[in-house]
This record gives sequence, C-alpha cells and structure tokens, in this order.
Amino acid sequence: MTDVVRTVVNITVNGVAVEAKPGELLIEAAERAGNYVPRFCYHPRMEPVGMCRMCLVEVDGPRGATLQPACYLRVNEGMNVTTDSDKVKKAQDGVLEFLLANHPLDCPVCDKGGECPLQDQTLAHGSGETRFIEEKRHFVKPIEIGELVLLDRERCIQCARCTRFSAEVAGDAEIAFSGRGDQIEVAPSPTKPFDSIFSGNTVQICPVGALTAKPYRFTARPWDLEQVESTCTTCAVGCRVAVQSSGNRLTRVLGVDSDPVNHGWLCDKGRFTLDAIDGHEGESDLLSAATRVTQPHIRRDGALVAVSWSEALREAARILSDAAATPNGVGAIGGAALTNEGAFAWERFVRGVLGSDHLDAQYGDGLDGALVQALPGATIDEAASANTIVTLGGDLRQELPVLFLRLRESLVKGTSKLVAIREGENPFAELTSVELNVRPGEVARLASALADEHVALGVDALNSEFELAEARALLGGDGAGVVFVVGRANLAESPAVTERALRILAERFPAARFLVGLRRANVRGALDMGLAPSLRPGRTYLADNGRDALAQLRALREGEQSAVLLLGGCLVGNVLDDQGARDALERANVVVVTGHGGQTLAYADVVLPALVAHERAGTVTNIEGRVTALAPKLAGPGSAWHDVAIAAELAEQCGQSLGLTSVEQTARTIEETTGYPSASVLTAGASDGLLVGGSTDGARRRPLDPMAIPGIRSVAGSGLGEYAGAIRHLDTPRRGSATSATLRDVAAGRELDVPRPNSYAFALVVERRLYDRGIAMQGSPALANLVATPTIAVSAKDLDRLGVREGESVNVVGPRGTMVLTVSAASCARATAHVAFGARTAEGATQSWHALIDPDALVNEVRLETR
Amino acid sequence: MAVLDAPRIVSARTEYEDSHTLARFLATGGNDALRKALTMHPEAVAAEVDAASLLGRGGAGFPAGRKWSMLRRSAISYLVVNGDESEPATFKDHFLVERDPHQLVEGVTIAAYALQVSQVFIFLRGEFALGLERVQQAVNDAYETGALGNKIFGSNFSLDVVVHPGAGAYICGEETSLIEALEGKRGFPRIKPPFFPAVTGLYGEPTVVNNVETMSNLPWIVLHGGAAFAALGQGRSTGTRLFALAGQVNRPGVYEIEMAKNTFRDLIFDPALGGGLAPGRSVKAIIPGGVSAPWFSPDQLDVPLGQDEVAEQGSMLGSGSVVVLDDSSCVVRAAWRITKFFSRESCGQCTPCREGSGWIERAMYRLEHGGGREEDLDLLLDLCDNIAPGLTWPPQQTTICVLGPSIPSSVNSAISMFRDDFLAHVRHGGCPHD
Amino acid sequence: MSHFRVELRQRAEELVALYPRKRSAMLPLLHLVQEQDGYLSAAGIAEVAELTGTSAADVRGTAAFYDMFHLEPVGKYVVGICTNVACLLAGGQELLEHASETLGCAVGATSDDHLFTLEETECLADCDRAPCVQVNHRYVRTTTAPAFDAMVADLREGRLDADVPAHGTLIRVRRSGGLRVSREELAAERASARAERELREAKG
Ligand SMILES: Cc1cc2nc3c(=O)[nH]c(=O)nc-3n(C[C@H](O)[C@H](O)[C@H](O)COP(=O)(O)O)c2cc1C
Ligand code: SF4
Ligand code: FES
Repeated sequence: MTDVVRTVVNITVNGVAVEAKPGELLIEAAERAGNYVPRFCYHPRMEPVGMCRMCLVEVDGPRGATLQPACYLRVNEGMNVTTDSDKVKKAQDGVLEFLLANHPLDCPVCDKGGECPLQDQTLAHGSGETRFIEEKRHFVKPIEIGELVLLDRERCIQCARCTRFSAEVAGDAEIAFSGRGDQIEVAPSPTKPFDSIFSGNTVQICPVGALTAKPYRFTARPWDLEQVESTCTTCAVGCRVAVQSSGNRLTRVLGVDSDPVNHGWLCDKGRFTLDAIDGHEGESDLLSAATRVTQPHIRRDGALVAVSWSEALREAARILSDAAATPNGVGAIGGAALTNEGAFAWERFVRGVLGSDHLDAQYGDGLDGALVQALPGATIDEAASANTIVTLGGDLRQELPVLFLRLRESLVKGTSKLVAIREGENPFAELTSVELNVRPGEVARLASALADEHVALGVDALNSEFELAEARALLGGDGAGVVFVVGRANLAESPAVTERALRILAERFPAARFLVGLRRANVRGALDMGLAPSLRPGRTYLADNGRDALAQLRALREGEQSAVLLLGGCLVGNVLDDQGARDALERANVVVVTGHGGQTLAYADVVLPALVAHERAGTVTNIEGRVTALAPKLAGPGSAWHDVAIAAELAEQCGQSLGLTSVEQTARTIEETTGYPSASVLTAGASDGLLVGGSTDGARRRPLDPMAIPGIRSVAGSGLGEYAGAIRHLDTPRRGSATSATLRDVAAGRELDVPRPNSYAFALVVERRLYDRGIAMQGSPALANLVATPTIAVSAKDLDRLGVREGESVNVVGPRGTMVLTVSAASCARATAHVAFGARTAEGATQSWHALIDPDALVNEVRLETR
Repeated sequence: MAVLDAPRIVSARTEYEDSHTLARFLATGGNDALRKALTMHPEAVAAEVDAASLLGRGGAGFPAGRKWSMLRRSAISYLVVNGDESEPATFKDHFLVERDPHQLVEGVTIAAYALQVSQVFIFLRGEFALGLERVQQAVNDAYETGALGNKIFGSNFSLDVVVHPGAGAYICGEETSLIEALEGKRGFPRIKPPFFPAVTGLYGEPTVVNNVETMSNLPWIVLHGGAAFAALGQGRSTGTRLFALAGQVNRPGVYEIEMAKNTFRDLIFDPALGGGLAPGRSVKAIIPGGVSAPWFSPDQLDVPLGQDEVAEQGSMLGSGSVVVLDDSSCVVRAAWRITKFFSRESCGQCTPCREGSGWIERAMYRLEHGGGREEDLDLLLDLCDNIAPGLTWPPQQTTICVLGPSIPSSVNSAISMFRDDFLAHVRHGGCPHD
Repeated sequence: MSHFRVELRQRAEELVALYPRKRSAMLPLLHLVQEQDGYLSAAGIAEVAELTGTSAADVRGTAAFYDMFHLEPVGKYVVGICTNVACLLAGGQELLEHASETLGCAVGATSDDHLFTLEETECLADCDRAPCVQVNHRYVRTTTAPAFDAMVADLREGRLDADVPAHGTLIRVRRSGGLRVSREELAAERASARAERELREAKG
C-alpha cells in the first residue's frame, strides 16, 4: 500500500458523480455540482456547527441512508448523497415549519424583508398555511443591546452565527447565548452594552432580521438599493465592500468576502461612517469636520468666502508659485487619503511644477517611506500563514481591525505562533506564545537582543532571558517562515527607534518578511506614487531627500518655507504637536485641497473642494501592496472635483501641463511609466485587485452579493463591469531592486541614546484608537459618541505606588505644561503612562497633548502628581 | 416469582444505616478490591471487566469493556463519571451516591487504574446536595487513608479525583453535553463525528464516560472475577441491576435483582419488590427505561428485564427506571407532562427539538386542558415524525443528540395505545378524570 | 478588588487550580457566587469572568443555561416541588398548588418577605417518596400538604437550620487532600510505567 495524497474525492450526489476537494464540506461540494442545499446556521468563514438542521440530506452509511447535516459532514471517497428525496424534503420542510412556528409576522416592517433567506425559503417551499395555532413566543420587541445594534429576539432563529462570530472570530464574546431550549436568547454582558468594534458584522451575517443596525434601520428596502463593489478607505487594510445607495444617498456598506483580504468582515468604523461623507451642517462652519466643502473659497479680509474655481485656482497658483520662487520656499503635506491617481497627479505638480522635494503623505506618525519599501514585503495571507508572527507596534485591533481578525484566526487555529512586542495593549492576549514588553525607546535594544543572544538587556529589563530565548527559538536561524507585522506603537517616541529596530531585524533575519501596518487609508499608494521626500513614483528611491511633514512645519515656523499645500484638511488634528502645527500654519500661506472642513481651515488662504470616498474613481493600494479599484457610487456635492482635475488645472494656472487629462488616462500613465497596475485594475475590475509586482493569474470578478450568505441574490449589482480576460503579467519587483530603495540605501540609522528610566518619571506612550477624532468619526452621528474621553493609564502597581485609585485625578507634568487627567489602570509596563491620540474632551473637542510632548525628543517623559 | 437469591453486588452495604461512613466501608471489605487490582496488570483488570460483559448502566447499555478498549492511547486521558441522573423516575444513582459513596470512589479508582488515565472527574447532579457532600467526604477519606493521591497504597499508581457539581440541566447527562459542562460551557451536546469521547473527549483528549452504577460494580467484579459476574443474568444482560420502581405501586423503591431472570411482572408484583398495585387497580401502562422510552402495555408484563429482551419489544431498558400507571391514571396528562419535561430540557441547539418540543407540549396541553381537536392527533404524530422520521425504535433522528427523538416516545405511545382516551378528551373539552 | 470575601476568593482560586483549564471551574465558581450572594450578582459574574478568562456575557449566558443559577435575587429558601410523571401520579401538581397558597407566592415567584421562592421542578430523583420536595436542594420529604405546612413552620422558626442552609450553600464538605505531583509529572509517570510494563512483556 502506498500513501497517495488525494487531490480529488469522488462522491455521488443524486446519482451523479461529483469530484470534490479533500476535506470539503458536503454542502459546498453539492452546491458546486448544482445542488443547492438550504441552510441557515452555516457560514463559510466560521466553523460549522450543524445546529439549525435545515441542510439535512440523506447519506448512505453502515445503517442505510440516514439524514445528516450537509454543512457539517466532510466528503469521503465513495460517499453517496441524496439531496432531493421525499425523505429529505419532508425533513427540510419540517425544519422550516418549526422555524416559522414562533417567528413573528413582521416581514412588511422588517429591515431584512426582501433579502431574508427565511422569507425566501418559505416562499419557495413553505406550505401556504400554518398548522401552528398556539400562542407564539413573546419577547419585548427590539431592545438596544449597544450603541449601534438592536436585537429583536422574537425574530431570532438561534443559528448562533452572531454569537459564534463574537466568540470565534472577534474573540471578545460580547454577546452570547443565554438560557436554554426555546428560551434561548442572544444577550450582551449584564454590565456593559454590546459595543464591540466588530458589532456590525453580526448584523450582516444574521440570516433574519433579529439583529439590525441602528444607522440603517428603516432607511431603505433592499429592492430600492443599487450597489457597487469598492474598497473601504477608512484604514489601510483595504477591505472590499459593497456600497449601496438609494437615489443619490448612501444607505449601507457591507463587507464583501474577499479571500485575500477581509473574508467578508469589516470594522464598525468602516461600516458605519458613511454618514460622514455628505456632511451635516451645510456649509455653515468650515471649521467643523462634519461640514462638507462644496465650493472653492479664498480668504478675503480675514474670512473665507466662496468664489469660482477659476478665481480660487488663480489665487492658489499665485501663492504657490510665489513661494516656489525662493529655493525651498514651498512644500506639500498630506495625501494618504488620495487615490493613487490623485497622488500621482499631485506628486507631478509638486515636483514638476513647483520644483520642490518637500512632500510627505504622513504626519510624523508613520515610518520612513523608503524603509517601508525596502523591507521585504509580506501579504496579509502570508502573514496569516506564517509559522511565527511577530507584532511590533501599536494595538492592531485598534489600528488595523480586520488585519487583527485575519491574524487572530491563524492563532486560534494554531497554525501560527505569535511573539508580541508591545509598548501598549496586546490584543491577542492569551493567544500569544511569547510576550515581550518594551518601554518607550527600548525596542531597538530589544531587537538587538533578539538578533544576538550576547546582547544583554540590563538590570531593569522587562523580559526574562527565558522569554527572550523562546522568542529567538520561534524566529529560527534566518527568519524563514516569520512575518513581522510592524507599525508605530507610540506617537510620542521618535520613529527612529522603531526604524532602527526594523533595520536590525531585517538584516539579522534575511528570510523573514514584513507587513508594515501604516494605518492611513491609502498611505502605501501615496508613498508608491512618490509622496515622500525620498521617493519617486513606482517605488523609486531618491537619496537626495527633502523635508518630511514635521521638518516642513519646523521650516514654516522658522520662516524657511513660506507656503504649504495641504492635501487633505486634517493636518491640525493629525499632528501630535497640534500647537506647533497651528504656529506653523499661522505664519504660512496655506492652500488646502479637501472634502471636509476642520480646524486646519482656520489657517487656509485658499480652499479647493475635492471629491471623497465613494464619489471618486481611481485605485488605492493597501498595506500589502494590493491595488484595488474604487467605484464612484455617488455624484459629488456642489462643485467638488477629482484631485486629478484639481492638480491638472492648478498646473495650467501655473503655466505648465501635467499631461494628465482624466483618471483613466492618469492610471494608464502610471502603469506605462512605472509598471504599477493601476490601469489594469481600473479596467479589468478584478475583484481582489492586483498585487504590485504580483502575478495576475486568477484575477477574477466574483458575483457581488454580500448578503448571499446564506441564500439569495439581494441587490442588483452594477459598477465595475465584468472580468475582461487575462491580464499581462506585471513585473514590478515587490522586493528591493535596482530602482527600489534597498535596506543599505536607507541609511544604517544612528545609534540611539535612550535615556534610562528616571525613577520619578513615566515614559509617555501616545496610542492610536480606532474611534478617534478624525474626520470620519467627527462627521458621523452614528459613531461620534463612541470616542473615548481622555484618561492617563498606568500599571496597577504604579497606581498603588502613587496612592491613587482609578477614576481619581492627577496632575500630569510635561515639558511644556501641566494637565489634569483621570487615571485608569492598564496592563502595561511599570513607569509608562498611556494616553489615546484623538480622545474627545468633555466639551466635545479633540484633546490636545501638546503640553506633554517635546516634538524633538527621542522619548517623552511626564511626572504624575497627586492633587 | 422473582429470582431473589442472586448476590447483591452494588447494594449489599446499604443494608446498614451507616453505609455511607468510612468505618462501615472499611468494616465491610472496603478497598479490598482496590488493593487486589493494584497488584494486577492494568490490562488484566480491564480484561476482567470485559469478561464480566458489564453493560453500561447509564442508559445506552454499551459494554464497558468495549468502551474501555476504544480509549485512544495518549499521554493525557480522562475518566469522567456520569452522576447527572435526571431521567425522570430514575433514582438509582441517587441511592448509590448517598448510600455507598466509598464504593463508588473505589470503583472509580479501579477503573482509573485499569485505564491508566491521568485524572478523574465525578460529575454529580447539582441537586444532589447531600450526595455531593457524601462523595466529597468519601474522596477526602480516600486521600486520608491512602486510597487516593500519591502512590496509592504504596503502589506506583497515583490519582486525583475531582468532584464536579452540575447545575441543573437534564441534557448534561448526555455524555458530550456533560463534557461541555465540565469544560465550563453551556451543556450543548457535541455534534458527531467525532463519535466517541474515547477518541476525542474532554479538552479534545481521549475520555471514558461511565455511569455511577457501572463504576459501583467494579469492586465486586475485581474481587469475584468477571466470570462470576457473567454467570449471573442471561445472554448479553449479565450480573444484577438496580431498578428504580416508581409510580402507582405499593412499594416504590430501588431494587437490585439479577438481570433478565425477572420480568416486569415480578418487579411490580413480588411482595419483596413492588408489592403490587393498590387494591382493585390494574396496570394500564408501563414506562420502562425512563421517559425517553416507548411505553409497554399490560400484555408486555412478562417481558424479562433484560437489555435485548426489552429492545426486541420495541423499547429499551434504558436507565433502569420503571413507572407504573394504573387504570385510574390519565395517560394524556402523563404524556403531556413528559413532553413538558422535554420542552424545558431541550438544550435548544436543534430546530426540530427546540421548536418541536414546545409545539407538541402546547398541543398536548390543549388536549389535556381543553381546546383539543381530533386532527391534533395526526398533527402530533406528523410533528413527531419530523423529529424522529418513521417513528421507529431505536429512532432515526433529525437532531444532534437523542433527546430530540426521545420526545415522540410518550406522545406516540399514548396516542397509539390509548387513542380513545384522547378522543374522550376532545369530546369532553378537557380531562374527563378531573 | 475582589467581590468574593477573602475566604471565598481563596476557595475560588483553589477551584480554578483543580482543573487543567480554568474555564472548567465555571459551574463550581458560579455556585460559590450563589453561596456568597444567594444569586448571581453582576459583580460576581464579572469576577467569574476574570477567574475563568472569559467575558461577562459568556458567563451570564452560560449560567442561564442551568436551572440552579438565579440571575435575580431569590428567597432565603428556594422550595422546589416536582410535578414530573412519578410525582404527578402521586399528587405533585396538587402539592405545588397548595405550597403556592401556604407560601403566599406564585410558582416561580418570591414571597413578599423574601423568605421563599417557589419553583416547579423536573424529576429530582427521589421518586419512591413522591411527590418530591427540596428546599435549597435538600430533600425534606414532606409528601402531604400538612407535612409541608409543618416543614414550612419549622423553616420559619429556624428549626431546620442545621439541615437546610440558606440558599446558595451547596456543598458544606470542603475538599481536602489531593495530588502532590503536577499533571506533567503524572503523565510522565504513566508513560514510564507503561514502557516498563511493555519491556517486561517483551522479555517474557
Ligand atoms: C438525553 C440523555 C440523557 C442522559 N442522561 C444520563 C444520565 O443522567 N446518567 C447517565 O449515566 N447517563 C445518561 N445518558 C447516557 C450517557 O450519554 C452515556 O451513555 C452514559 O453515561 C455512559 O455510561 P455507561 O456506559 O456506564 O452507561 C444520557 C443520554 C442522553 C442522550
Ligand atoms: S436534540 Fe435537543 S437536546 Fe439534543 S442537541 Fe439537539 S436541541 Fe439539544
Ligand atoms: S445545520 Fe447545516 S446549515 Fe444549519
């Protein structure tokens, strides 16, 4: 006997031979062969449980044919299955009848009506008449179980999809089954509402209308909706979404099951902030992020007034050209929210027309773009299938939520092990194999110790030699099978610390790969298009570099630079040293291109209105270098333009031509000049996009129907068009090459002189939260209230040492002032103090941390004093 | 009449008032079997149990020796004792844990030795407060006397036994549900495959689950040999068995009698056992094996109390419970109450069980309390058929565990045996007995 | 800050240590919360979540599966009367109705003085003394209405305090003794014993 690895399992379904895949679930194999088996509890992205019993089919066994759940059984060689016998039909009809027995007759008023598999099944197979004459089970009608989700227990069919999602996928178990038998209900914690950042997924996968989303409730009926497939640009994971609208109004965003990216999941910020797009306060207050800018403005007599495009463009061209006349007089900041085409156009404008290398898509909160491109990249799939995942950076759950879900899945399955290097919260908690703690400034030293066992960490090290040895063992000799998932853990720590750590690790573990978790929407695309001092379009390295964002702000403050072009209106709210940013803008001439208002506009001399998410065509690139297409679902408001058009027109005003005439033509130009697959993606409509430099085989368009699990085709799809056939192979290298930056190019990085922890001081950690005071959250009535209020978190031991209790106030003394803050306890290293960037003050403003930081320091320290 | 001269294997010590104490246990041969077992090869102990042909006493009647031989070899394995006894009208494990807890602990230790498991959990029904105290005391005593813990009686065998309280849920008697409860979860029975806890059980490790009474037989089997045990009884039904006799008889109680040598009639009428019915009463129906089992009519009084004998008649010996309904009782009411039990105890995973039990219960309630319709009988049978297709015994099922297909037993039995009683209820607009 | 009293917190930690995985201590821990609070208080649930490494929603949901756990406060004495088939045939339903009158509360409710909660139970496995009555899970074996009333009077007067502790106290016998080797050592011991036996068998 030889062990043959089977690639095909032969089964018989209704007398017809079917080839199934080894280990495939019967329900999938049968469906591929054209035998759809009805189902409710089954969800392809979760472990099957076989609970609802809707999918019973007859399977031959030692005791004759028995009824078995097709969603749970895996195919076996020779399996003989019947899905259409009278016995199967009676069993399935019986289950359906049982499900309907206690189901309320809500269909006409139920959000799910029209896209409800229970309704569909009933119409298709149910007997017209009910035999159930008893009193139905009653519960209080919808209860708000959280800020965003309502639960109607009468409609629940106990399929456990939501509770399984909560426990299995999100891992927070914020809702669970409660009770037994026909009294089973879904229930949140007794002490806390259901406010998981993943709550919207439970609504999407609920097969009936038991869970509904407050923002969507009663806003539309499925048959009135139109949808297109697009990419979420709330963060850089780039989840694929279906964007639905009714008329010219966005109604709903649903996760699309993209195999390499999001598996159908979304975070609530990505799902629910669509209400921020069109603005809410008219044009009354340009300083509010909830305001949609619909017309060009210029400052006249101290106030912004609406003007025509030509007047605004003339004024902007004048400001920028004048500044450009002086060497180093002008630069641009921002651009991570642009499409690749917009970023490309603006890069051409700044370098080609203004002749400046001072441009930066990041706000001092990211990492050196050249280093990011030089690190050998990993895809999300590669990270999720690594033997060892090493996280080094901020709380992934908060920063890149769906990436967190993807990695968590592999840890739960046990296919990957995790080494978590953390300054703040480690969201993987007990799924972690080795947890290494670092204080601000120390991660580079820890990297050296991982790289070389002879490097000692010193007496105050937070990690034992044993833990280090375990971590080294998981990294292996050269890092083969290891993916580092990296980002910025602490905005109050110089990026140089993390960058140095990354260089050490990349050199020591040449076979390891890196997934760089820069968090802003299209930051990777913007860097790839050259919106960084040392980069040019197409991942080309330019050693002779200009000023990054923080350097530009300094130059503006010091009068070395006189004007700045802001690509996006959120500078003030996105720079940790917000006061420093205000001081800089105060002195400068400022041209802002933006879709929404905000504090930054207080300093604008010209405001040019741009199209935003779901209004623009173009492509974006996610953290792994996957280029996907955005679909314009809505017409933009007023006279907002696409960035490509604004850049091109502004160039004309400056007397030059960018040679860019449309988004499509720009995409072609990008592809022709750099090999970047923007045009291919835009025209082919490959659902999962194309990896820069990746193979294009398998680029494919899937039928767009996120509600189709389980059951039905709900909303008519439109938009990207069908797959256009094979796409030529693109050979832009993904790893370092002659034109790309190499690790050696991007400088060895200086040795860092990290001050030793001072026994009275706390090292400050400024962390990012998903729910912050960014434009999306501020403009979203649904979510704005979920932004946390500021506290300062220290370890429980430090609380004891200080003699304060959680909830009490302390004076926090920083280099530029003192603040009064409420303390809370966190599981963090001693002598570190943690605050959240973008917290919301009691007055509803964005909390400034200006007083606590010295922007030039490597790390920042504060003192806590009892009051 | 009944054969009462068989030895008392599990209930001998209960003759004494203080049968639950360590002193009585030690004075009546306590731990002799354990000491003997520890001198034997573990597999030799298992071989005796196999030779005894000891059928599991929890309900399914699976041979203990066979089950043990299926235990997957693994560095870690568990023995879990099922003391959840909640099958209505079953009270023999209750009797054993309160009256002879040391015998249970001794049996458990012998089994653990034979199986070489690393840990034992005794899962006892939460409502057995006294039983929990007595078994915990017996475990404490065993640690104290060296019968548990490190190097038991100087042997090379060490063992830890944890007494785990349930919390009130019938379904936790089902072995995979019990394992879930032991893992601290909701007692949802596990879906099959995997079919056997002996392969994948507690924490995914190989686990043997055995009933309290099954374990309590082991000291005797070790002392007297499997052959002596197998010499008792008949056919596959060897040894003696505890029967819990309840309902409308003169002397309800727990009786240990030789298996298959006695009939239902013996158990109910023998003066030393059930002692017959109240004057002037006759048997209307018998519920053998717990309320999950199909009912017997008086015609079947002479069926022997043996596993296969009862199975051949379309029911099961099950949990060793026998309930007698005399001719004054209302079978509709009894069947309704049993359905109410299942509807309260369904774990709620499977649609047919969760929704079907509630629907059937409400329809039965109408029949008993007024509002019943003749067509309800066919409706009920069809609903039953949707839970257990074909209404055969042993049942086919549309559910994960066999609680679901147990629901139809009573309804189907009552309707098919006493259709006229139902029609009388319909005509009367409620229960004519009230 | 622990919600458990010091002594119970210690017992809770001992319970967790008894099991290979801490979640397994769920049911015993919930019984312990009831021993302290008489029911499952929110603070008790939160502490069990912490001790078992689960969420409060999960603990509450799990607890609600089981009949013995009360999510709302109950009386000092929870009186359970069985009406399942053996007890039904012996007048359990009638005794339940009688009890409801005597205690002055509906089935499933708590008396105004918070002394009694009355429950209709499923079979309590004491069917030879039907109809079966338990108070705080102690069998009181009062099968007739007068006996029931006398028992209630005894409870009120505290004459049954030794037998029937206040609701929540389930097991008054504490575990003593246990294994003094770790699970890993035990597994190793088993393996070496097995190897030794196999060697011996191979030889002879
Ligand atoms: C719904 C249901 C309830 C059960 N209840 C019990 C029980 O209370 N006690 C018991 O020992 N077995 C019970 N069983 C049987 C167990 O699943 C299992 O077969 C038994 O504990 C094995 O022990 P044994 O082989 O020693 O009989 C039940 C089974 C089902 C399906
Ligand atoms: S048959 Fe009933 S008790 Fe058994 S698993 Fe299904 S729902 Fe639960
Ligand atoms: S049991 Fe298979 S879909 Fe629910």
